[in-house]
Amino acid sequence: MAVKFEQTGPGEYSLNVCGYSCPHPQVYTKKALQKMASGDVLTLIFDNPSSGESIIAMCETEGDDLYEQGSDGGNSVWKIRKS
Amino acid sequence: MSNQNSALAGSQQTGLLSQPGFRYALAILGLVALGSAWVLSIDTRYVYLLVYVWFGVVYGLFLQYGRFCMASAVRDLFAVGVPRMAVGMMIAVALYSLIAAFVTVTGNSTFHPNVLGWHIVIGAAIFGYGIVFTGGCASGSLYKSGEGNVGSMLVVVAISFSQAIFVAASGWFDRLVPSSWVESSIAKDMPEELSVTTGWFDIFTSGHVWDLQGATLADTLGVNNVFVSSFLVNMLLVSLLPVLAVLILLYIVYYRKGHLRRAKIANPTLNDHLKGMWSMFTSSKNTAIAGVFLGIFAGLHMWVTGLLRTHYEIDNFGEMLEAMGHTAGLSMQGTVFDPGYWYITTQEAQWGAWVLEKLNFDMMNNIYFGLENGVPNPLLNAPGFMSIGIILGAAVMALSRREFKWKMPSMEGAVFALVGGTLMGIGARIAMGCNIGAFFATVTNGDPSGWVFLFGMAGGSYLGVKTFNWWINRNVSADDGFDL
Repeated sequence: MAVKFEQTGPGEYSLNVCGYSCPHPQVYTKKALQKMASGDVLTLIFDNPSSGESIIAMCETEGDDLYEQGSDGGNSVWKIRKS
Repeated sequence: MSNQNSALAGSQQTGLLSQPGFRYALAILGLVALGSAWVLSIDTRYVYLLVYVWFGVVYGLFLQYGRFCMASAVRDLFAVGVPRMAVGMMIAVALYSLIAAFVTVTGNSTFHPNVLGWHIVIGAAIFGYGIVFTGGCASGSLYKSGEGNVGSMLVVVAISFSQAIFVAASGWFDRLVPSSWVESSIAKDMPEELSVTTGWFDIFTSGHVWDLQGATLADTLGVNNVFVSSFLVNMLLVSLLPVLAVLILLYIVYYRKGHLRRAKIANPTLNDHLKGMWSMFTSSKNTAIAGVFLGIFAGLHMWVTGLLRTHYEIDNFGEMLEAMGHTAGLSMQGTVFDPGYWYITTQEAQWGAWVLEKLNFDMMNNIYFGLENGVPNPLLNAPGFMSIGIILGAAVMALSRREFKWKMPSMEGAVFALVGGTLMGIGARIAMGCNIGAFFATVTNGDPSGWVFLFGMAGGSYLGVKTFNWWINRNVSADDGFDL
């Protein structure tokens, strides 16, 4: 079980933080978005519900667009477009 | 039309019932209800214990609904610049203080102020440092346990045993206390079986804490009129005005810039800032709603327990247990831990002590358990059932929202849980409570010592986030892909 951050295509990234509790998911999400360029899309996969609320607030504060909040087998799969 | 509506409602109900999670949630609630009916059939006085159970369930429901983890109130500010939980906490404080003022006026308050001293800052800082690594405060770890998070369960175990061992242990560290504490401790002339001059925590308690003063602001100022003292002094000055100051500070430091950018406002007026404040309150609706209801129910909890104490003519649950014939585990004063309101850490210390007693350790030869809180059987531990209620309430909410999932921690997570939980336990005992007992319950009842606790907890969390970031940066490797 390790954090996995990878580029999946041009301007597309994936971050998997399943198995991690607060504050790991939100801290890694912030780090991942810092690595990305404006307009890039991050697919975030996590399973700690509490982190979700903080990530929503973080995107709002930074102006990033959290445009999809899906789920897959107990994991949250969210898509964020960096501002 | 009404037939269509009822048909729609019926199909939605069938839809919900077809979800296994929702059925499990109903089953948990049903079992708690059945268990409640069963103990009441044995003795109706168990209603006193059941009040803790059901308020625990309600706390668990709302904690999970709002992801209401007070650890993140300070941690997420420093870690990711998010104020949503700090705002939620302030909303809860404001509502709790309003209800607490009403309860005090009716004469049913069960609140006892904490003593004020440097130990609060130091204990809160250790507690605040620990919560960064555990991923949740004491209540947060309980509700996350209800989500199936095994790491949070480890935190609860660590809090339980670290407290029990910390308050009962003696050794070379006894010599670290100032001689004035030892002299003061001897002068208290306490019963010999407590051996108050051995054991760091006993000397600290009897030789230092007992010599300090603690009071509500109204009592300190000598305000006797119960309406003035409850509403104008304790509620307004100790709770609402500091809450307002904290909210303004949060807006200025963490929210204003983003709000003005999103609203495309270059030259903001006061009205723009007021709209921004409102936007900050409502940006996380679940957290805000949870804050409102947790504040109200925390106040109601104190009121209901106060009414029951009046009805049964008791000051402590220990008296009721003794009358029922349950004398094992009572303190030498015939008491058990029974705060009468939301509290978390002490009952967990009692769980740890009960297990250690079963392993033949003497857990009653100290002030904390032997004189004050006792070590009751967990089946008769009323606040302990509140903690279990929180876990069950959170499980009900998580199951019905399809968010329940058994999650095993990584080795790193397990170590963080055990070390962080141990720091939380030690910090809570030094500060005489956690973020609930030493902050939430105090500032809402006119005791300013809670703001000192929050200051210490924020300082500890700041250092914790610095350490956490150092650890993360150290571990970020090519394997993780973070050096893209």
